[in-house]
Amino acid sequence: MSFRLEQGGRLVDRQVPLDFRFDGKRHSGFAGDTLASALLGAGQMLVNRSYKYHRPRGIVASGPEEPNALVGLGQGARFEPDQRATTTELFDGLTAMSQNAWPSLGFDMMAVNGWFSAMMPAGFYYKTFLWPRPFWKHVYEPLIREAAASGRPPQEEDADRYEHFYAFVDVLVIGGGIAGLQAALAAGAGGARVLLIEQTPRWGGRAPVDGAEIDGKPAEAWIAETVAALEAMKNVTLCARCMGAGIYDHGFALGYERLTDHAPKMGGPRHRLWKIRAKQIVTATGSIERPLSFAGNDVPGVMLASAVRDYVVNYGVAPGRRTVVVTNNDDAYRTVLALVDAGLEVPVVVDARERSDGPFAREAIRRGVAVECGAAIMKVKGTRQVEGVMLCRGNGTGAAGAMVKCDAVAMSGGWSPVVHLWSHCGGKLLWSETNAHFYPDFSRAPTGADGRPFVRTAGGASGAMGTGSVLVDAAAAGADAAQAAGSGATKAIAPAQARDEEERPMRPVWVMPEQALPELRAKMFLDFQNDVKVSDVQLAAQEGYESVEHAKRYTTLGMANDQGKLSNINGLAILADSLGAPVPEVGTTTFRPPYQPISFGAIAGEARGDLFQPLRRTPIHAWHEAAGAYWEPVGHWRRPYCYPKPGESHGDAIAREVQATRGSVGMLDASTLGKIVVKGPDAGRFLDMLYTNKMSSLKLGRCRYGLMCSENGFLIDDGVVARIDEETFLCHTTTGGADRIHGHMEDWLQCEWWDWQVYTANVTEQWGQIAVVGPKARALLETLGGIDVSKEALPFMGWVDGELAGVPVRIYRISFSGELSFEIAVKAGQALALWTRLMEEGRAFGVTPYGTEALHVMRAEKGFIMIGDETDGTVIPQDLGLDWAISKKKADFLGKRAQERVHMRDPERWKLVGLETLDGSVLPDGAYAPGEGENANGQRRTIGRVTSSYMSPVLGRGIAMGLVARGPERMGEVIGFMGEDGQMIETRIVSPVFYDPDGEKQDV
Amino acid sequence: MSDAVTALGGARAGGPLATVEEAPLRGMVTLRGDFARVGGAVREAVGLGMPKTRQILTMRDRAVAWMSPDELLLLMPYGKAGAVVTLLEGALEGAHFLAVDVSDARACFRISGSGSGAREVLARLCPADLSPSVFGPGEVRRTRLAQVPAAFWMDDSGDVTLICFRSVARYAFDLLANAAEGDAVGFFPAS
Repeated sequence: MSFRLEQGGRLVDRQVPLDFRFDGKRHSGFAGDTLASALLGAGQMLVNRSYKYHRPRGIVASGPEEPNALVGLGQGARFEPDQRATTTELFDGLTAMSQNAWPSLGFDMMAVNGWFSAMMPAGFYYKTFLWPRPFWKHVYEPLIREAAASGRPPQEEDADRYEHFYAFVDVLVIGGGIAGLQAALAAGAGGARVLLIEQTPRWGGRAPVDGAEIDGKPAEAWIAETVAALEAMKNVTLCARCMGAGIYDHGFALGYERLTDHAPKMGGPRHRLWKIRAKQIVTATGSIERPLSFAGNDVPGVMLASAVRDYVVNYGVAPGRRTVVVTNNDDAYRTVLALVDAGLEVPVVVDARERSDGPFAREAIRRGVAVECGAAIMKVKGTRQVEGVMLCRGNGTGAAGAMVKCDAVAMSGGWSPVVHLWSHCGGKLLWSETNAHFYPDFSRAPTGADGRPFVRTAGGASGAMGTGSVLVDAAAAGADAAQAAGSGATKAIAPAQARDEEERPMRPVWVMPEQALPELRAKMFLDFQNDVKVSDVQLAAQEGYESVEHAKRYTTLGMANDQGKLSNINGLAILADSLGAPVPEVGTTTFRPPYQPISFGAIAGEARGDLFQPLRRTPIHAWHEAAGAYWEPVGHWRRPYCYPKPGESHGDAIAREVQATRGSVGMLDASTLGKIVVKGPDAGRFLDMLYTNKMSSLKLGRCRYGLMCSENGFLIDDGVVARIDEETFLCHTTTGGADRIHGHMEDWLQCEWWDWQVYTANVTEQWGQIAVVGPKARALLETLGGIDVSKEALPFMGWVDGELAGVPVRIYRISFSGELSFEIAVKAGQALALWTRLMEEGRAFGVTPYGTEALHVMRAEKGFIMIGDETDGTVIPQDLGLDWAISKKKADFLGKRAQERVHMRDPERWKLVGLETLDGSVLPDGAYAPGEGENANGQRRTIGRVTSSYMSPVLGRGIAMGLVARGPERMGEVIGFMGEDGQMIETRIVSPVFYDPDGEKQDV
Repeated sequence: MSDAVTALGGARAGGPLATVEEAPLRGMVTLRGDFARVGGAVREAVGLGMPKTRQILTMRDRAVAWMSPDELLLLMPYGKAGAVVTLLEGALEGAHFLAVDVSDARACFRISGSGSGAREVLARLCPADLSPSVFGPGEVRRTRLAQVPAAFWMDDSGDVTLICFRSVARYAFDLLANAAEGDAVGFFPAS
């Protein structure tokens, strides 16, 4: 069992004990601990149950590569699942819950899965749950999810703050180990703007634990001096607890800073997402140790050798009293020495190599440690905890040899450079036969917009193995990056002096023992998080999954939130072996950001609550709010849908608003309408191309309704154009079309007709727009006075400038309701005042504010189309009976040629008609009219669709518009539309103009 | 009748990094035209020369800011916008140009903080390089403020004036106020 040593632990402060809870039980650790070291210190080896078989699992690693020790952290509004104990700093009062165990960690019902593990091989789910098909969604998947559940989602809104921060630098250095420090020093020496980020709270990485000596002093001293030197440089910024999460095109990188995870009471934002633009990036991300594949390598107490020495040296925690070390390389002997130094027993070192005579091994032997060469672990004894290991010959099939009692196993299968960040943006890899790892192919680096490399690696991430090589490589990387960033004269600095420790070659070992029989291979875990074993990968290969990407998805190797940091290389070596192909030929799966999961809060930043999305408000918004408007989102705008009075339903309110407007006078806030000024000698010609009808012939002071089509002929927007002067037009667009149509105009002007003399400006927000609508509209405006709004002075489809009640306005006599209507444009800053004034003066006429739904009802009563209702991107103006608005004379306009295509002229096209149910009911919006027979997909044919449907208060019945095959030819015909209950609704095809067909009311 | 009002009635909020305040109405005129030909009209209208790329020239209550290769933003007291448009139209008669009053289309904020306070606020919201060596007084930056377009410039005191569309004034103000509540990251060297 793991325990806290009497002394030692360079990172912990034994004077500061901290209390924490794990699964409700109280434990204590020290300041400087991680949750993992504190759990181990408290003797808690078992931290989790595995995903598929619910096998007991313990802590394996000491950093971000940890696959097992995921816990739910915090409570309530601060609960977060899937937090890695190895990267969680301990604080007083921390509460953690184990995951994936039911009903409890110690007694897990689901462990029964393990007894049947032979029956749950790779692809088990795919093979077993294929039939019957509906069962997957409703029965199998929910059950599997329950059984395989990882962390639970939080149930409350996150109580913390998050923020983003944009930073621009010459050189970003990711990783604050000795390589990162050296690279930053070299990059900063010439004055380059450098940002150095490190995922842990401490600088220097693992060099102090590994006993490196730099510039003739212990690594720790060199690190402290170097950090101090960097902090003194004005052009260098250091940021600890900030992980390089991803590298993207154009030198963009994400840094994930965890500000208060270690001190939740500190206040301020919890996480900060750094959005970094770097001219050059140096990834000094070090390397990760690989496990070895032997039977029972997942039993709690089996750990990475480097992790074992981290816990001993950094935290004064021992994973056990007797630790067997199993290795294929010299580095694990550092762990042997660390254990011996701490007074712990190492009964035997199992070395897969035939000889082991490196300096560390010799030192271990000198200290009395037994070393078995050419040996292997046949299997680990114990279930919930290591009880011993059975040894065997390394090259055999696993014939049992000696049994060695122990309570921990430290394993080392060699080291893999952390090439993730190098690979995110396209950096390629090479395979090193010497070290059996992938390392960056420097000739195929990620390249920027200029075709030159913008990422380079430093130190361990480059594949450098010794301290001296690491520092030389890092100094060069930093200097090269600064030079490539073009940050002035680069002052070359000499790398810090260190020697490469003498080490004997490692020996690649992918299965232990090498000829292990199937029974053993089925207990060798590759991916601890997903319970993928050597036998699973071999089975996948047998079944034809030759591509590493396919094998990954079939077996789930490397798929969980550790993304195979421990398992990938071992897994693909097994795959390569099974396929009889060299490892580099099989290749790796794709490395994608983020390097480690980052919080959703950090991604969202400030975008939550009121700041989730911009909400656009008209200048009259506050009035609507006070009037109790029920809001309708229209794009990012909020528009009043209706103004229900106390006790009134929305339907009642809409009916009242329509009746009042048609009977007397209503007012609509139309400020959201798009308004685009188009000016220049070629403005008329330009608009003639944009609109289907002719705009250049529009007379000064007049307005014309126009349609805009895409070059494919489809209707994209509509609105009224006013001619302001000889060279100037004001184009009204739909609310949602304002920005899009402005972009459309600029696109054609800048890319196609760049020599036309036309300027545009989007002045949508300069103006509030108030529609005063109804038979009493004129009388109301006359009450305010200032402008002659008589039929003679301001006829239908005319506009006039003037002062209404002393406010400068422009009045357009246009109507979207069929009533006498004035749309008053007023500067936004005075819009609310004018609206209020109109409301006051209108009281005598019973003026009624109306919302978008009353507007819709009234336009539908008139058969006016609405972009987005009657159009859906496949509708041309001819479908809507708008042929009158399409010029026959113009040589060209956008969409003209497209509308001449055969399919567009097909008489079978669905065309706009009015629809009246025989029983007066309201048709369901979007309902289809079924036709005879079936289409090519075996679906029933349809012959029409409802596009708008409302209750008309003035007609006292439901009215609708729809697109029907050969519709206009079928006036008076009765067809059926499918009701929501499956019943057919008998409906007569009629004219779409239900109200005032002769248009007398608007032209008075 | 009543005077024109701003979107937020001069809202104000403050945090450790900066104070954010909605500025009073300001005259703004968009001028599009051939930069080789509009210089004289600009001088006549606001008494300033032509700004270089991303430059803003300021003199008392007038300013002219570079917006794009064929667009300038002229600033003047709110009541003078109409007169400036008239002056430009007169001076550029016969030329191809567009001058339009956009004073009411905008909301305007002032962000003032000690040291790098204003930079720190903006760096939380805008993907723009705000290092003193890149962005300082005299520079105008058109960029994105979280999810809406915005432009800003800095005066000699280090205060920043930011403009955005009027409809999103509340969103912009809330964003800035929220960012001003942060603690300094300390990324920008003391300027």
